[in-house]
Amino acid sequence: MTPVISLQQITKVYGAGETEVQALRGIDLTVNRGDYLAIMGASGSGKSTLMNIIGALDNATSGHYELDGINIDSLDESGLSIVRNRKIGFIFQSFNLIPRTSALANVELPLLYRGVGRRERMTRATAALGAVGLADRTHHEPNELSGGQQQRVAVARALVAEPSLLLADEPTGNLDSKSTSDVLDLLDQMHEQGRTIVMITHEDSVAARADRIITLIDGLISSDRRTMR
Amino acid sequence: MNIIETLRIGLRGIGANRLRSGLTVLGILIGVAAVIILVAVGNGTTQSVTANLESLGTNTLTVRHGTFGQPGAEARTQFTDLTVADAKALMDTDVAPDVKSASPVVTSQSTCSFEGTTHDTSITGTWPSYFEASNSKVSTGSYFGNEDVVSARRNIVIGQTVVDELFGVVDPVGKQIVCNGTPFTVVGVLESKGSSGFNDADDTAIAPLTTVQNHLTGYRSLDSVLVQSASSDAMDAAQSEVYSILDDRHSITDTTARDYQILNQATLLSAVEETTSLLTILLGAVAAISLLVGGIGITNIMLVTVTERTREIGIRKAIGASKGAILGQFLVEATVLSVIGGAAGVLFALIVTRFDVMGITPIVMPASVVAAFGVSVAIGLFFGSYPANRAASLRPIEALRHE
Ligand SMILES: Nc1ncnc2c1ncn2[C@@H]1O[C@H](COP(=O)(O)OP(=O)(O)OP(=O)(O)O)[C@@H](O)[C@H]1O
Ligand SMILES: [Mg+2]
Repeated sequence: MTPVISLQQITKVYGAGETEVQALRGIDLTVNRGDYLAIMGASGSGKSTLMNIIGALDNATSGHYELDGINIDSLDESGLSIVRNRKIGFIFQSFNLIPRTSALANVELPLLYRGVGRRERMTRATAALGAVGLADRTHHEPNELSGGQQQRVAVARALVAEPSLLLADEPTGNLDSKSTSDVLDLLDQMHEQGRTIVMITHEDSVAARADRIITLIDGLISSDRRTMR
Repeated sequence: MNIIETLRIGLRGIGANRLRSGLTVLGILIGVAAVIILVAVGNGTTQSVTANLESLGTNTLTVRHGTFGQPGAEARTQFTDLTVADAKALMDTDVAPDVKSASPVVTSQSTCSFEGTTHDTSITGTWPSYFEASNSKVSTGSYFGNEDVVSARRNIVIGQTVVDELFGVVDPVGKQIVCNGTPFTVVGVLESKGSSGFNDADDTAIAPLTTVQNHLTGYRSLDSVLVQSASSDAMDAAQSEVYSILDDRHSITDTTARDYQILNQATLLSAVEETTSLLTILLGAVAAISLLVGGIGITNIMLVTVTERTREIGIRKAIGASKGAILGQFLVEATVLSVIGGAAGVLFALIVTRFDVMGITPIVMPASVVAAFGVSVAIGLFFGSYPANRAASLRPIEALRHE
């Protein structure tokens, strides 16, 4: 079985000369289908950098990356946009919903860019909003929703296109404990349905929900362990 | 992604930023409307001035008595009167084959009254040939004839304004009016020529020369002689014939110091046309600049839009929007805004130009409508595509980090 993520000797260097920063110094990582992986590490250790490379939002300075058996290094801009659209669902710490646009329209977007018809989009987006418990908020705009609700809309948006990989960069970083457990419960549900999840977190209690935890120090993986679950 | 979806995303973007979109539309609206309105006003001015001049007759020369500030005029010691004999001499077909008619003209400012109503007007004393030369047609009643001049009959033809002032709805033909103490019988009413805002061509009355001289002006020099040329091509020939005859009769040796002056209607007309079309061009240029400013406004707003929405672009790219989809969204926004602005501008201009502006009736030039609308849409596409392309080329991570 091909792994969902296969990283070999990934490095990332920001800037050049005096301001050069070695954010990643050679990451080897394999994530299998159905894994729930948590990435931990001190601030500045390279977690977000790694996540952006996995999510095809940024490219590595060197190394080799395969997603679902697709060689990402060799893809051009339009190939990358297709991969982002079909293979990856992204959840951000700062929600990143499109402002002044209804929850439903936000959730529809990935389907729209994929070319799904209007009726099917509506049905699937409504279902996804129902699945995160926001069936009664479909026509609310982001600024009319609480932080927790916004993050659940973002989860619905990440889910609606049924990607093979769900990426979450500190998804609960801006949420209170009630909303945190709502969002984590949703991730658990998806994990149970067999989806592959990679999540960055600072909190041990959040990481404990995953079944595998890696820790980064200065751009290198320092530990990689399975949890008790 | 098909066109309809791209359109829908673009429209949603416009709806999500109403104030900004509204201001853009306003900028284009003003530009487009300014072009159409100003060109229409310029055009209307040209046409009204030309129509006015043409109503005075196009094939005519006016010989005026006096010097009117010509250089050398002060040097003259003697002024020979302009006389009926001069006018007759101009009709000698051997010496002046290009002159069709010459009508002596005297004018008198008179107060006319009818049954207690009075009105001040200017009475022209002349010959019947004046009617054709000055393009004055009688709408009801009749002209006076040569026998009226010979017997100095007190018959008069009056303009529409005089009719309105003195008679109102009463039919004036056959009625008696009294001007400066002399009773006249109204024999005809002139067709209206309209007013140019400054002078009213209908506030006039025409009577036989001899009658006016007998009763109103006395036998002084003629004010002018209205010369009609045989055709519009013969204007210049007629003019030189008039010069040579009058120079001879008035014993003029120095042609820079004549005691009369010739106004050539054709020269006047072309000079005026030149001036007014220059005016139209000038107005059009001013308006075109305002359209350009509107276009720069679109670019500016689109640039601001892109900067302000960089994060949104990042989000869209992160969830799989292709470069084409982003480009399409922003192009649709720019195009829709400029089409709406252009259409509203055309509509606004068409409404405004239905009303008179300072006595001028604007005449819309279809070409200016097409050009203004076309240019506004082209500007939207052209100036919109630069920021749109910039937006579409951003790397998702750069766009997302933007704050
Ligand atoms: N765009 C960039 N330009 C230059 N340096 C950068 C850039 N992004 C990140 N870095 C640097 O790379 C290193 C890793 O950053 P990264 O954002 O991956 O850290 P992180 O582990 O996500 O930290 P945090 O827990 O605070 O989010 C840091 O030293 C940071 O300063
Ligand atoms: Mg981070």
